[in-house]
Amino acid sequence: MKTLFDCRCSEYVGGLYPRDDEAMRSVDAILDSSLVRQRPLRIPHLSEPQIARHYTELSKLNYGVDDGFYPLGSCTMKYNPKLNEDMARLPGFAGMHPRAPMAFSQGALQVLFDLSQYLKGIAGMPGVSLQPVAGAHGELAGMFLLKKHFERMGDTARKRILLPDSAHGTNPASAVVAGFSVTQIPSDASGMVDLDGLREALDDTVAGIMLTVPNTLGIFEEHILEVTKLVHEAGALCYFDGANLNAFLGKARPGDMGADIFHFNLHKTLSTPHGGGGPGAGPIAVSEILVPYLPIPRIVQVDGQYALEWDAEHTIGSMHAFYGNFLVALKALTYVLQLGDDGLRQVGENAVLNANYLQAVLKATYCLPYDRLCKHEFVLSGKDLADGVSTLDIAKRLIDYGIHPPTVYFPLIVREALMIEPTETESKESLDRFIEAMRAIAEEAKTNPELLKEAPRNAPVRRLDQTRAAKQPVLTYPFPEDA
Amino acid sequence: MLAAIGVSDLEALFRDIPQEIRDRFQPIGLEAKSEMEVADALGSMAARNDAATRVSFLGGGIYDHYVPSIVPNLLSRSEFYTAYTPYQPEISQGTLTAMFEFQTLVCELTGMDIANASMYDGSTALAEAVLMAERLRKKARIAVASSLFEQVSRVLDTYCWAADIEILRLPFDERGCVSLETLPEELSAVVLQTPNAFGVIEPLQGIKDQIGDAMLVVAVNPLSLALLEPPASFGADIVVAEGQPLGLSMGFGGPLLGIFATRDAYVRQMPGRMSGRTVDADGNVGYTMAAQTREQHIRRERATSNICTNSALCALAATIYMASAGAHGLRHVAALNFSRAHQLAKRLASMEGIELAFQGEFFNEFVLRIPGRAAAVHEALSEAGFLVEPSAVLEAYGLTDALRFAVTEKRTVEEIDRVVDIVGGVR
Repeated sequence: MKTLFDCRCSEYVGGLYPRDDEAMRSVDAILDSSLVRQRPLRIPHLSEPQIARHYTELSKLNYGVDDGFYPLGSCTMKYNPKLNEDMARLPGFAGMHPRAPMAFSQGALQVLFDLSQYLKGIAGMPGVSLQPVAGAHGELAGMFLLKKHFERMGDTARKRILLPDSAHGTNPASAVVAGFSVTQIPSDASGMVDLDGLREALDDTVAGIMLTVPNTLGIFEEHILEVTKLVHEAGALCYFDGANLNAFLGKARPGDMGADIFHFNLHKTLSTPHGGGGPGAGPIAVSEILVPYLPIPRIVQVDGQYALEWDAEHTIGSMHAFYGNFLVALKALTYVLQLGDDGLRQVGENAVLNANYLQAVLKATYCLPYDRLCKHEFVLSGKDLADGVSTLDIAKRLIDYGIHPPTVYFPLIVREALMIEPTETESKESLDRFIEAMRAIAEEAKTNPELLKEAPRNAPVRRLDQTRAAKQPVLTYPFPEDA
Repeated sequence: MLAAIGVSDLEALFRDIPQEIRDRFQPIGLEAKSEMEVADALGSMAARNDAATRVSFLGGGIYDHYVPSIVPNLLSRSEFYTAYTPYQPEISQGTLTAMFEFQTLVCELTGMDIANASMYDGSTALAEAVLMAERLRKKARIAVASSLFEQVSRVLDTYCWAADIEILRLPFDERGCVSLETLPEELSAVVLQTPNAFGVIEPLQGIKDQIGDAMLVVAVNPLSLALLEPPASFGADIVVAEGQPLGLSMGFGGPLLGIFATRDAYVRQMPGRMSGRTVDADGNVGYTMAAQTREQHIRRERATSNICTNSALCALAATIYMASAGAHGLRHVAALNFSRAHQLAKRLASMEGIELAFQGEFFNEFVLRIPGRAAAVHEALSEAGFLVEPSAVLEAYGLTDALRFAVTEKRTVEEIDRVVDIVGGVR
């Protein structure tokens, strides 16, 4: 893969900025020599056409939602409407300085306020903060809220967070960063929280539970009301990881299930795109009891004017330099405004319809460890497909069929897991094409397993040596002169 | 499809959600709108943001820089912006190669050995740097210059409270530079920002020798490093930055770009995603996420950080920006910032009753003291359509009658002339 450092240099012609010879001279004249850069920057000079070609070429080595089916479980890779992007580029939004006076920022503040209101409605919860900029950041904010709450209550013995064994990896990591320890609780035979296990784990050292609803198997916790009741009775609070909101959008609300904190992933559920790994946004909604601790500043409306409010005695402080990922919030608002209530409900319905259709058809070919109604995603197992063929082989072979592989080897409670989330924006035609590919791969696994083992063949590179990248990391360009 | 599933209607797909919960459901009371109507409604909101049309001398960590057309243009390729985190490297070589370039560019700017593929923003990057220093030194105490940008300091306070890390504030001297005279022992880190909240460049020379075993964590303005000797040359252990000046729009403060760089020795303690060079089954060079065993999806509660995503698209923007400018272009634009800021500062500070608050060197931002007239000057500029931060921002640092000006390459000689005229007219 060619990097920009491998490109042939062009002559620097300086077309980006006005010529000003005096400027360079003034630096030399004024700046103390002890501060002046001694080591030259090794960034090549490339012409604009070279840049355009290099990054266009790189883009073609990527696979995005616009390229095809992307059933990456837990990631909700739905189509991202183009209007979102256009709105975020409006100079009236993109050109806003975050410290501009509030009187001159009313439109931007309204975006934040309106989205907050809609998110409260979707969550069925009274408080929202848009500050967290990623799902894991929302989790961290949520854990900080719990910590602050119990600190204020003088209940500092509550140091433990309970987690089901199917939880996302970010959950335990977030709890620990906030100073909690984690206790894993088991799932029952149907993949849901084991109520006896939960009862046993609950005591007055538990601050909260982190649940993903529906869970990472795509199964709705049928006992959710019992779970949240048990937790509340023990004096602890309930955190809901909202990664899977697409499963019940427009049908149910976490606030009605007993959630005290719920994080949204705007890049998943509300289509703001993933950006190749960010920027996303992870706003949180909270129950009444946690409202006093929400981050500052908060967006309020007073006498028809929008304003930032900084005074909040019990706040955890700030999670982000400013107001979260504003332009991402704007894209989410664009999406919500277009859908309205009917559209939001259809998202939930079609996401679940698509997933159940795939599950119903594919279970004839692949092992389905938890065979029951699923929500927006389901988990197959690649074990027993054929001798010596792994889930990784299946995933890589899908690439040859022009399809992005599902999430693999997660959740950890399913061996050789293939976690499949089709989302609502896929047509039946695209689902059927996936089914055909999966069936063909199952057949190949038995008749010609080498096709799987050697996959991908139809990709910019073949299977990469991950061990080498882990053991001898090369993290920067090896300039010849450094060797 | 319903038949294949074996249900008669859509509602049957939701029977596993307890009836009681479904009965309580309330819609948000919003009717669907067409694309045209939504574009119109949001266009009107954008038009209410007068600040976007005014001439900005605002700074404080976010700057009104020119964004070359090529940057948003290439970013709008959907292969980049609709892709997920590159878990399947064989079909993510575009993102992974650009991340590798970004890491290299960050190391060039900062002088450090390794960098990650970005973090949420400069403030969370600094908080993560402190958590990393704490993992390595375990003193539960850090010393922080009181001249950090307020928004960065606020986030650091939150993270340190949660991690039970005590913060000691270091004062600044008459030049506006951090003073280490009162530095205690047994610290996990000493944290500085350069240029700091007063725009003053911290002379880093010799600081590493004064802080013992504590890690030296430096927050920088990445654009200033096109002119300034990088912190690595002065012994910095971790360098973080807000990357917005590198080709990102201001976007009302988000999304931003957290930059994080450190020394080779600390690679296993580094938070965040990294792209690494490796080979494929045919021996060809390719890229994949490296050193993932530090990360939450593998290590769970023992991970170095809870971070899952980074700010990949913003890192790509900065990469394309730096590639477009090249070394000379970066020096060129940095010099324009430097020179225009110094022109304005010199002309204003030569007026009666106005002086630079500090004598330290500065890059593109400076603080003036205007005893008795700061508020009036601010108001006059504001009325003329110029955005300048009110003096209240600096009062938090104990400075009275002070105004802060940031001057980027976008500010023209004519705009500078007008500011000088207006300020001169305030009695």
